[in-house]
Amino acid sequence: MLRITALVKYVPELTDRRFTADFTLDREGTPGRLSELDEHTAEQAISLAEKRRADGGEAELTYLTMGPSGAADALRKALSMGGDRAVHVLDPALRGSDVHATSLALAVAIGRIGFDLIVCGMASTDAGLGLVPAMLAERLQVPQISLASSLSLDGDRISIERESQLATETIEGTLPALVSVTDQTGEARYPSFKGIMAAKKKPLEVWALADLGIGEPSAGLQGAYTRVLAATARPPRGSGEIVTADGDGGSKLAQFLSAQKFI
Amino acid sequence: MPHVLVVAETPDGSVPKPVQELLTLARRLGEPAAIALGAGASGAAETLGQFGASRVYVVDEPALDDYPVLSKAEAIAAAAAVLADRGGLAAVLLPATPEGKELAGRLAVKLDGGVIADATDVAAGSEPGTVVTTQSVFGGSFTVQAAVVRGPAIVAVKPNAVTPEAAPVTLHAEKLPVTFSALAATARVTARNERPPSGRPELTDAMVVVSGGRGLGGAENFALLEHLADQLGAAVGASRAAVDAGWYPHQFQVGQTGKTVSPQLYMAVGISGAIQHRAGMQTSKTIVAVNKDPEAPIFELADFGVVGDLFTVVPQLSEDIDRRR
Repeated sequence: MLRITALVKYVPELTDRRFTADFTLDREGTPGRLSELDEHTAEQAISLAEKRRADGGEAELTYLTMGPSGAADALRKALSMGGDRAVHVLDPALRGSDVHATSLALAVAIGRIGFDLIVCGMASTDAGLGLVPAMLAERLQVPQISLASSLSLDGDRISIERESQLATETIEGTLPALVSVTDQTGEARYPSFKGIMAAKKKPLEVWALADLGIGEPSAGLQGAYTRVLAATARPPRGSGEIVTADGDGGSKLAQFLSAQKFI
Repeated sequence: MPHVLVVAETPDGSVPKPVQELLTLARRLGEPAAIALGAGASGAAETLGQFGASRVYVVDEPALDDYPVLSKAEAIAAAAAVLADRGGLAAVLLPATPEGKELAGRLAVKLDGGVIADATDVAAGSEPGTVVTTQSVFGGSFTVQAAVVRGPAIVAVKPNAVTPEAAPVTLHAEKLPVTFSALAATARVTARNERPPSGRPELTDAMVVVSGGRGLGGAENFALLEHLADQLGAAVGASRAAVDAGWYPHQFQVGQTGKTVSPQLYMAVGISGAIQHRAGMQTSKTIVAVNKDPEAPIFELADFGVVGDLFTVVPQLSEDIDRRR
């Protein structure tokens, strides 16, 4: 049996991101969605599970998220694309968690679910640090095979291709492992009506910190290793000069660049 | 004074500019040391000393190339442990590349320290040995200052955070023996096809970036931008629309799911300026836009905008630049 855990995140809509008074991201009071990049996470995890079943094997795909109550929507959305079950780590004490507390809670939850392969996205689309996959891999003592633009699984051998700065690389590893996938892996499927109906019946468990055996000092702001001291909205850019080209657009642009000493 | 460990990838023995920047920043926080990683590591030690590293740990085992990240994380952790014994470790500084951030995540767990990614500035905090960083969040719409409050600070720093300054010191370089774990060998690079170099600066380090979008209309028209870029010593970027259409390779995509750039000059040509794209470029110092649609949102960001046909505006600009030479 191939056990896949796919990590998905519920993020505030791009246009609705703001800080609360203690400089944490306001996750409760804003509309959110399944992170666009995690649609690719779900797609790749579903494809791997489908392929294993088509090859006569067994597979189980569990989605895992940590987030406010609305994050259940992200899990249902992923379940409507495919997959078997979902776990939502939800606890008011987790509010304000930094990457240490987040990766700890997720690592303990993954351990409890049991796994052969963990699938993550390339980054979240809110904080976007891209740190949690590496921290999970370190906590779980597995290799991280990162930023796949394509991937394949053969028995317990996983192989990916990725575009690094200077080269196209092939990386191979043995399960258990963590893999992260980019938006270059291909279009994510749209949930079918049947999929949406089926998702409502799939098991979705909610686990609190106590279920994970994590004490409150290791969670939220009090467990944070970093503290935000100030958050300042970037001043709006002063309105620039807009000219309409009348056969002289390139020359006008050259004049501007010259005045700014770029040419 | 506690040590600050700079992670220096030195594949060919040279010390890349981002590493020089890290060493320049490290002096603000404590006594700089470096770990030189890669086949040319011992050749790089002297230059690292020129930029202020009094101790350089050299690790040049082939394992570093064959096994991604884990072997490097283990080597860096070994150097960090030596420095912690030798007067303390205040921080580890790495470049904010995908690999640098992956190393940062691993090290945050290994060294039990607070981690910050994509810092655009690093300074000493008011308490001795503490570190305060600056970073841009939410696609550049907010600037955040954060302090690391537990453990050594692990900070992945973006390029161009500071101008590199030499500060030669007496150098003590030594080979660092590292025993890699069995886990480090569980994933390996089995093929690496280097792309031919474009001859242009790296997109994320470039002082000038010329980017094209849907308005280019086809892959062949990127030649116009490449010519302009070469006149300006610029890197070429592309919007997601242009990349998704297959007109330009993905590694040049600027935006939320591509690269984030912050050059002195950003030229957006035929790019409407969707929020996805703005997230990757709106902290650029000067922004110039060329678009035939006067309502294109990119004009809201532009310091100078030309409403017009890029196929006449760009060649005219190129001719004008030639005339000035």
